[in-house]
Amino acid sequence: MKELSLNILDIAENSLKAGSTLTGIEISENGDRLSLTITDNGCGMSEDTLKTVIDPFYTTRTTRKVGMGLPLLKMEAEMTGGGLSVESRWVNDFPDSHGTVVRAKFVKSHIDFVPLGDVTESIITLIQGHPDSDFVFSHIIDGERAAGLDTRELREILGDLPLNSYEIISWIREYLNEQYGEYGDKKSSSQ
Amino acid sequence: MKSLEELKAIKERMKDKVVLREGTGDIRVVVGMATCGIAAGARPVLSTFVEEVNRAALEDKVTVSQTGCIGICQFEPVVEIFEAGKDKVTYVKMNPEKAKRVVEEHLKGGRVISEYTITANND
Repeated sequence: MKELSLNILDIAENSLKAGSTLTGIEISENGDRLSLTITDNGCGMSEDTLKTVIDPFYTTRTTRKVGMGLPLLKMEAEMTGGGLSVESRWVNDFPDSHGTVVRAKFVKSHIDFVPLGDVTESIITLIQGHPDSDFVFSHIIDGERAAGLDTRELREILGDLPLNSYEIISWIREYLNEQYGEYGDKKSSSQ
Repeated sequence: MKSLEELKAIKERMKDKVVLREGTGDIRVVVGMATCGIAAGARPVLSTFVEEVNRAALEDKVTVSQTGCIGICQFEPVVEIFEAGKDKVTYVKMNPEKAKRVVEEHLKGGRVISEYTITANND
């Protein structure tokens, strides 16, 4: 992938395919480290599936839980000296607390670090394609919140209006880009 | 600075519109959004469709949605157009410029751009 934000989109799509109704996307940057955590309440995976999930030649295919996405992210993380871990609670074993957590860690100064790219566009794309699902997004840089969004808060105001209406999608785009802009301004003025 | 308060105004504006939109959506634009599609550039293709459909005031007639792997990964980004009573059109190796042309000529003008279809690119 050309941008890490595309991996975020890709991994979150897996969550949605697993039936997630609440998907968390957290980017946390601390000095030279970047960690990415995607959490969902989807159906999860059995231990056997989990063991094979980062093998590029493994895919459930017919149900298409996971394909190349996780192996790709794992490779991109490891190439920088970081790594990837996946934890999952399968619905059959944990009927009330199922879901999956994917964590990827990167070293930003490494030459093979793929830039984060346009995170806003990935969040927008997720909401556009899955207007009935909720997303909690946060991007923390050195302990400070650079940007964030919780679709449950939007839904509280908007009622049953579809989140993928053009007006709302455009508003979310500006809302997130403004947050990033403000964060950038604050950083450059404090330097 | 944008605030959640603004959403209340958007809600007010949209109330009437939503009623008008019921029972529409004759044309469906479906963008492949699996790993293969995303890696090949589907994200900007999708956002261009959303943007241009709105600009052309076609949002009552056209819905833009996403799907998983269509099964022809070497042709990604792939976009399928479904229209009642017509054959499905599959556009391949799409990019934002091509997407703009599809909105203008196909969705608005009703003319399939045959050079972008899978039939024209299948060699």
